[in-house]
Amino acid sequence: MTLHVDLALRRGRFALEVALDVPAGTVLAVLGPNGSGKSTLLGCLAGLLVPDHGTVTLGGRTLTSAPRVHLPPHARGTGLLAQDPLLFPHLSVVDNVAFAPRSRGATTAAARAIGRRWLAEVDAAEFAGRRPGSLSGGQAQRVALARALAGEPDLLLLDEPLAALDVDAAPAIRGLLRRVLRTAGGNRATVLVTHDPLDALTLADRVAVLAAGRVVESGPTRDVLGAPRTPFTARIAGLNLVAGTATARGLRTASGRSISGLPAPDVVEGEPAVAVFAPGSVAVYPASAPQAGSPRNTVAATVATLEPHGPVVRLRTVDGDGWADGLAADLTPTAIAELGLEPGVAIRLAVKATAVAIHPVPGQ
Amino acid sequence: MPRVLWFPAALALALVLLPVAGLLVRTDYARLPELITSPASLNALRLSLVTALLSTVLCVLLGVPLAVVLARAGGRAVRLLRAVVLLPLVLPPVVGGLALLFLLGRNGFLGYLLDVVAGVRVPFTTAAVVVAQTFVAMPFLVVSLEGALRGAGDRFERVAATLGARPWTVFRRVTVPLLLPALGSGAVLSFARALGEFGATITFAGSLEGVTRTLPVEIYQRAETDVDSAVALALLLIVVAVVVIAVARPRALEGVRS
Amino acid sequence: MRGVRAALAATVLAAASACAPAGEGTALTVFAAASLTDSFGALAERFEADHAGVDVRLNLAGSARLAQQIQEGAPADVYASANERTMREVAAAGRVEGEPRTFATNRLTIAVAPGNPLGIESFADLAEPGLTVVVCAPPVPCGSAAEEIERITGVTLRPASEEQNVKAVLTKVRTGEADAGLVYVTDVLSAGQEVAEVELPEAARASNDYPVAVLKDAAEPELAREFRDFVFSDVGRQELLRAGFGAP
Repeated sequence: MTLHVDLALRRGRFALEVALDVPAGTVLAVLGPNGSGKSTLLGCLAGLLVPDHGTVTLGGRTLTSAPRVHLPPHARGTGLLAQDPLLFPHLSVVDNVAFAPRSRGATTAAARAIGRRWLAEVDAAEFAGRRPGSLSGGQAQRVALARALAGEPDLLLLDEPLAALDVDAAPAIRGLLRRVLRTAGGNRATVLVTHDPLDALTLADRVAVLAAGRVVESGPTRDVLGAPRTPFTARIAGLNLVAGTATARGLRTASGRSISGLPAPDVVEGEPAVAVFAPGSVAVYPASAPQAGSPRNTVAATVATLEPHGPVVRLRTVDGDGWADGLAADLTPTAIAELGLEPGVAIRLAVKATAVAIHPVPGQ
Repeated sequence: MPRVLWFPAALALALVLLPVAGLLVRTDYARLPELITSPASLNALRLSLVTALLSTVLCVLLGVPLAVVLARAGGRAVRLLRAVVLLPLVLPPVVGGLALLFLLGRNGFLGYLLDVVAGVRVPFTTAAVVVAQTFVAMPFLVVSLEGALRGAGDRFERVAATLGARPWTVFRRVTVPLLLPALGSGAVLSFARALGEFGATITFAGSLEGVTRTLPVEIYQRAETDVDSAVALALLLIVVAVVVIAVARPRALEGVRS
Repeated sequence: MRGVRAALAATVLAAASACAPAGEGTALTVFAAASLTDSFGALAERFEADHAGVDVRLNLAGSARLAQQIQEGAPADVYASANERTMREVAAAGRVEGEPRTFATNRLTIAVAPGNPLGIESFADLAEPGLTVVVCAPPVPCGSAAEEIERITGVTLRPASEEQNVKAVLTKVRTGEADAGLVYVTDVLSAGQEVAEVELPEAARASNDYPVAVLKDAAEPELAREFRDFVFSDVGRQELLRAGFGAP
């Protein structure tokens, strides 16, 4: 079901004005800092907030046509997974998951059968009889995902689903989301709201960057995150991304070069993956400097541009040796002066393997 | 916890317990069995239990929706209503009884209507006792429920709605179950208040054995002439209240896990 | 600090002056039955007018409650009761000085709505079904008097409520909740136009005697005796008569 959004809403001094399309079977990540309007947008989609103007349609069905038409949340066919699992504390785990089928009129037994199936889908079948209070954060979030999916929503809304998890639990849930969003998707449209570019990178087909209530940039995930066109996107989402195929200890680029890094737990060798590292973790040497030290990943490149970026200067490369085209590196103005960097100067980049994360990406 | 709190805490406890201890000391234990098993005492006890139970049920049936409305609806009018609901807590019960009389009495506008249209007269009936008790006890239920509702927020309700639950289903399957612990303690408080209700009852319902003379009214009447007998009945009332609270309170608190 | 001290001093001064007798005079505490509210109020004023500096403090409540308070040690100089039984209790507790003396009598009557819309004529009419009649509870004096009248007339009432005191009965008639109530003659008089009276001749045979006594341990025994005698004086009798009491 394709989601089409075109709405405007004003709350005091804050104004949200967004137009988006999410084709059936795809995931759109809405990326933005706190206060950019992500949650407000999600509230409008879920039917919890009423926009002042505009329309929201899902597979041709009108959910909102402000100000006249506004389907209540329960009639929208949406599923919501929030930061907090919000499992109903008075219901067992399986009854939590069976909640949506029950609400649509299934018998208790039938709804529980559906609940068990979805619990199995998220690898949480063994928790069926437990109380939500006895689950860990990651376990609860699995169950919450199963609950959101058990209603077989046409539109799945994910509101920072990993933000409240501790660092040990997040990768597993991210992997689970990746799998479920791909395999169990079918015809569903998914909107993922997040402030973490990594979530967008690993889960979404497309990204829309939201700032102060407006979409400032949108497009395929890797284009937007790897080569931000606006300074704003660069600041919140500017990451160095190098695409390739996962290997045991890193990634092999299309041109056959190896990059060493730390693979995420859900990386599968031979599958499409991306190496991710922050501009701040890239060291810059003169091209003539001897190759020495611990950085495993070094590459020759040429300075393309130098732009002030807050307290640092962001250097962008061009024409790298195999994989360094378009990488970003942050340096202090002093370093720029000492190294005599200016566009056209040949340099050598180095990145420690421990600063490079390897993540699986949605296959293209 | 600062240790210095122990001192005022002990004083507070003493203020509650010592008068009760005084009652225990004053009790004429030789006459106690005879005093509390007299027909008048048993009638009053039975009437008190039945009416307090009925008014607790009424409090729940009416108070739960009121608490939900007060906690969930917005606007200035609701804020004002929130204060109005507390009125019975502030009003001297006798004034509450008079107010009920002015409403439901023979010359009260609703009472007059009931009398003329349906031939129903409320004052001097057991129903009047229940109305008076409900009037004074309801705020206890509403306040504890509203606090619980506002504390919990509406996050679970919103999630339930996105899962396809209609408002009534949300209320039945999410709001009410989550409210059970607060509902339990609120109901116990209401029951205890209804059980002890006196001023509004005697003003609005009168005093007639087996019909409107509840335990507190019986105690008041006996205090005038036979203190020992009043003390004995008061002891009975205390025992009933303690038993009810002891039995109901832990269960109410466990509501969420049952 | 200075402010606190000043406030403290002011409080202490206020407390001290509250404890001191009003002016250079003294306080006389009179415990009187609720039905004596009007007449003893007037008597107290006259007494104060005759005794410069004396402040008569009336504690008005049901006779039984007052008797209880006196037995529990409440500070009182004079006790005026609405029946002999409660006075006997106080005397039995050893709180009465000398012999109590009856200073007035009171009897029950039927109070109805102004104009007597239901046409009630006798005590027997009160037993009519459908009539809402309110009386005092048997343990209080007005209730035992009502029972006595039932015995004399052979008519058994089925009251809608047995109130704790006669003023509560009067209120029920005043507000129209009750069609009729058994109250004292003095109550009907004090209610003025708000209720009407239906004569109850049988009540003459079930009248209450009002005894008065000076209490032992009275703080002001001299003044107490003077006040008791004042009740029996011509002025006292006039006030009591005006309120509807009968002579002993």
